[in-house]
Amino acid sequence: MSLTAGADLAAGSADSGATGEQAAGLYRDAFRRLRRSPTAIVGAALVALFVFVAVFAPLLAPYSPTAVDLTDIRPGVFPGPSAEHPLGLDQLGRDELSRIIYGARYSLLIGIVSLSLGAVVGLALGLLAGAFGGWVDGLVMRLVDIMLAVPSLLLAIGVAALLGPRLLSVMIAIAVVNVPIFARLLRGSMLAQRRSDYALAARSLGVTRGRIVLQHVFPNSLAPVIVQGTLALATAIIEAAGLAFLGLGSADPAIPEWGRMLAETNAFLASAPLLALWPGLAIVLSVMGFYLLGEALREALDPKLRR
Amino acid sequence: MLKFAVRRLLLLIPILLGLSILVFLFVRALPGGPETALLGERSTPERAAAVRAAYGLDRPVYEQYASYMGRVAKLDFGVSIQTQQPVTEEIGRRFPATVELATMAILFAVVIGIPLGFVAGRRPSSWVDNLSTVGSLLGIAIPVFALGFLLKYLFAVKLGWLPGTGRQDVRITTEHPTGFYVLDGLLTGDLPAAWDALKHLVLPAVALGTIPLAIITRITRAAVLETGNEDYVRTAEAKGMTRSVVTRRHILRNALLPVVTIIGLQTGLLLSGAILTETVFAFGGMGSFMASALFTRDFPVIQGGILFLAVVFVVVNLLVDISYGFIDPRVRAS
Amino acid sequence: MHNLRRQSFPRRGALALGLAGLLVGTAACGGNSEDTGRDTGSAAQTGGTLVFGTSSDPVSMDGAYVSDGESLRVVRQLFETLVTTVPGGTEIEPLLATEYEPSNDGKTWTFTLRKGVKFHDGTAFDAKAVCFNFDRWYNFKGVQQSASVSYYWQTVFSGYANNEDPSLGQSLYQNCEVKGDQAVINLTSSSASFLSGLALASFSIASPTALQKFEADKVTGTGKEPRFEGTFGTKNPVGTGPFKLETFEPNNRLVLARFEDYWGDKAKLDKVILKPIADGPARRQALESGDIQGYDLVAPGDLTALRGAGFQILERPAFNVGYVGFNTAKAPLDNPKIRQAVAHALNREALVRAKYPPGAEVAKQFMPPSLFGYAKDVQAYPYDVAKAKALIAESGVTNPTVEFWYPTGVSRPYMPDPAANFQAFSADLTAAGFTVVPKSAPWNPDYLNTVDTGGTGLRLLGWTGDFGDPDNFIGTFFRTKQPAWGPLEESIYADLEAARSEPDEDKRTDLYEAVNKKIMAFLPGVPYVHTKPALAFAKGVQGYVPSPVSIEDFSKVSLPS
Repeated sequence: MSLTAGADLAAGSADSGATGEQAAGLYRDAFRRLRRSPTAIVGAALVALFVFVAVFAPLLAPYSPTAVDLTDIRPGVFPGPSAEHPLGLDQLGRDELSRIIYGARYSLLIGIVSLSLGAVVGLALGLLAGAFGGWVDGLVMRLVDIMLAVPSLLLAIGVAALLGPRLLSVMIAIAVVNVPIFARLLRGSMLAQRRSDYALAARSLGVTRGRIVLQHVFPNSLAPVIVQGTLALATAIIEAAGLAFLGLGSADPAIPEWGRMLAETNAFLASAPLLALWPGLAIVLSVMGFYLLGEALREALDPKLRR
Repeated sequence: MLKFAVRRLLLLIPILLGLSILVFLFVRALPGGPETALLGERSTPERAAAVRAAYGLDRPVYEQYASYMGRVAKLDFGVSIQTQQPVTEEIGRRFPATVELATMAILFAVVIGIPLGFVAGRRPSSWVDNLSTVGSLLGIAIPVFALGFLLKYLFAVKLGWLPGTGRQDVRITTEHPTGFYVLDGLLTGDLPAAWDALKHLVLPAVALGTIPLAIITRITRAAVLETGNEDYVRTAEAKGMTRSVVTRRHILRNALLPVVTIIGLQTGLLLSGAILTETVFAFGGMGSFMASALFTRDFPVIQGGILFLAVVFVVVNLLVDISYGFIDPRVRAS
Repeated sequence: MHNLRRQSFPRRGALALGLAGLLVGTAACGGNSEDTGRDTGSAAQTGGTLVFGTSSDPVSMDGAYVSDGESLRVVRQLFETLVTTVPGGTEIEPLLATEYEPSNDGKTWTFTLRKGVKFHDGTAFDAKAVCFNFDRWYNFKGVQQSASVSYYWQTVFSGYANNEDPSLGQSLYQNCEVKGDQAVINLTSSSASFLSGLALASFSIASPTALQKFEADKVTGTGKEPRFEGTFGTKNPVGTGPFKLETFEPNNRLVLARFEDYWGDKAKLDKVILKPIADGPARRQALESGDIQGYDLVAPGDLTALRGAGFQILERPAFNVGYVGFNTAKAPLDNPKIRQAVAHALNREALVRAKYPPGAEVAKQFMPPSLFGYAKDVQAYPYDVAKAKALIAESGVTNPTVEFWYPTGVSRPYMPDPAANFQAFSADLTAAGFTVVPKSAPWNPDYLNTVDTGGTGLRLLGWTGDFGDPDNFIGTFFRTKQPAWGPLEESIYADLEAARSEPDEDKRTDLYEAVNKKIMAFLPGVPYVHTKPALAFAKGVQGYVPSPVSIEDFSKVSLPS
């Protein structure tokens, strides 16, 4: 699911835009506000924990996340939490805690790669449309319209079906969903900036269009993009989970990806509900972290609130 | 307004043309065709080739496209390979289910979200506000399918309060003139049938409506907060208008604008969510049907379905834009 | 309408397993199943509606056009065949034919037909109707001749009156003569599987009047885009079965109502409603929450919990095999030592114990033990990591790497959770020194497509029998050269062909035993399980008799009062 709604509002508030000289001040101001916002602190803490676990997974995990041991497994019966395995064993006798810890890596990886891919392509399109306007804008925006007219998850399923079962195809699928969002965001923001007083002023002073766009309009349009980027990381985790539920993901089912782990538990929800709880909790907390951070960033970067 | 609507509808043509080409190329780029879907375990290369020929898949793509568009012009989208029913019939049968579900979900989100957001916005940092903030966060952070599992497990399996599969108890025999089961029950005067269909809608609608609920609550809250600070509201209050009048006349009306925007934006979101919700609750709507069409390479359904959904998307957004005019006179003027 | 094979389980087949043995097996499988296994039913009532959860809608209710399990399930209620299997067993017994007799040369079969049988539309069932149906199938044209449309006709009778595809063989069927109340079917050669084949639901006798009236054979747009325009298979299937079709609302429900003019014991239930629920766990939850009163293909992990909650579990005898297949054309699997190393590396016992229901057994060859021709002493490959490592060393292959394929989005009787099997075996192979490259694809169509074209190295697959004949297992796999398996030892092909056409039953048994040994010595794959597919019913539902070949009907089922 995408949180596009937030993004558009972010774009809307940024439209009222800061001028070039104010840009630096905007970010400095924003940082000061962030440090005082409880939303930002909780969000940043969750994100920090998530990133920490992802980076140091090999040091934190007590066991290998993929070591199968069927000794104590029977149909529908998996040993629960114990001293050796605090979160119990999964359906193939693997240590659940280690899988949750390693899972953070895959969520982070999926989030970052899909965000980067989607943002780069989307921003390039948006930049093109916003900078040139005219028929370029028309063409790019029609393409974006087409992409938006297809429900995002359907688009993602299609891409994943096309590229086959790989982690990369999940990343690309989510990236494709991000493309129109970023393209629209940047274009809208840039159009507003282009019409702003300082852009007109620069123009009248004989500064070339390219320089105006690259030195003034683009940097000033980035605030909503940063907000959207943070939200997109949250979205990526949720989208990946949805795709996993529909059976799309890496060809290697042993990979401890939270969404897949959660989706698999449907089959034994009654006999081992805890196995659903752990990946569910991991997803909820990390999504919340990015979402809170994104919200806090938006509030901090919103010039309207700076009075 | 009419000119605006016509212009927007004309925009549909390039979108649909572009989309039809993209989708057509897309399905043919998919690895594996429908032939093995038909043959299953017992497929052999010879048998698969025979099926490809039977469906015309051995012809050049442009030829296939031309003949396809020729038929689409006559509103003939072909026959589903999965079900052997005409695609238009399949859409006619499944789309109402999704619309019914999505409507209930939005209704759920609006009926709870707007008042909640309103109260939260009027009294920031109160317990209502804090609770709604945490609740919204949770609603956004839980994957739709997981929430579906949870609701179903709790309320259908464990407690047995609500049904967790399908659209209506299959033992109920009733006519379905519109395909909207609740409406059908009301139209035919079969109230128990309508009631049963409504009960079947509750869990999937809550699962699907939770993200919109969270977003609408947040947006309403933000809009109320912002509008409350606007000069004209302060002026109205200063002029001695009672608080409730100010609330009704100004705040609510202005706060509604972003909410309507969100509802428009939610259309695509809801369809995405519907794929998951319908799968969890075996609801038999358009979303799960399209997903399974993609998995089974049901070319006619993928092609027809995506075009259809695109039309729906554009029309809904057009309606949303038009409704701005009624809510906000400033938009009408421009 | 036409048949399209979907993810539903394929089945049909007959098993050389006696009724007595089966009933012992059923009775032994736990207290709850006993009241359902037999029709004692003092507490049972007549009437009522049973709701049964299926995995999908039928593709068509015209038996001639279908071969998927869900379609055949419906066809079985609406129609009847000339002969059938004994309830819960595998021996052939009369149904619409009261007697049947082959000529000495086995080419002429005389069927004496039951009298006083009526189709649902009130027309009489007679020899003319029988011959009409056979001639209809024999004269299929165009798309009807596609293997996806008339699969079972091709399996049993090979060809048509006019074969449009030259690769089709000469038809086994010659003609059908009406002789009073007898139908005489002439074959072009004798066939061991003809009679058991006739028990398949695809050879159901339909009302000739209805077939014509509802245009069962009307296919338009032939060739490029076939359309089955008649409504026989979708709205108006007319047979002689204990139930008739009341309504079919695709994707929602299919309602069967008791046929009051049925020739035999009338159905106890007023109605049976089939409700499609694609997702396996969702079917179970629907049973638990009372939305349905029974469903098929219960997951092994659910059996204990369902039994504990008071539901009845009915098991079908194991008439299937799950295997890890090799493509011997792909290095290093062309190396016999590597194939043996794989076999020794796989801990089949551990997997079957952990992931299959009690009663599932570790497979030693490619067909179930209950079938004739099963060899007692094939080469065994016990779990032995050290031996696997030694074999790899002997093979001369350093760092053997294998692509290992498994399907997603599917649950089969022999493979309830493919990903779990894959992960267990993959871990086993890694432990023995293999490098495993995981590969997956959606079952339908990508996975099967890749398998068929020889794209897989190691693969998880299996088979549920159609016929009580070894040819339906090892013949299907190995009688002809197939890209999926790669080249086998040449004599295996010839031996299987010889065994297939051998008329003498004892000699056939010997031939099949010999070839089973040869196959397991060559090792084209590692069979690992024969399992018992299970159904679940609500408490008090009685009279459902599970069949090894899924020839099961609802007419004797009753609800608790």
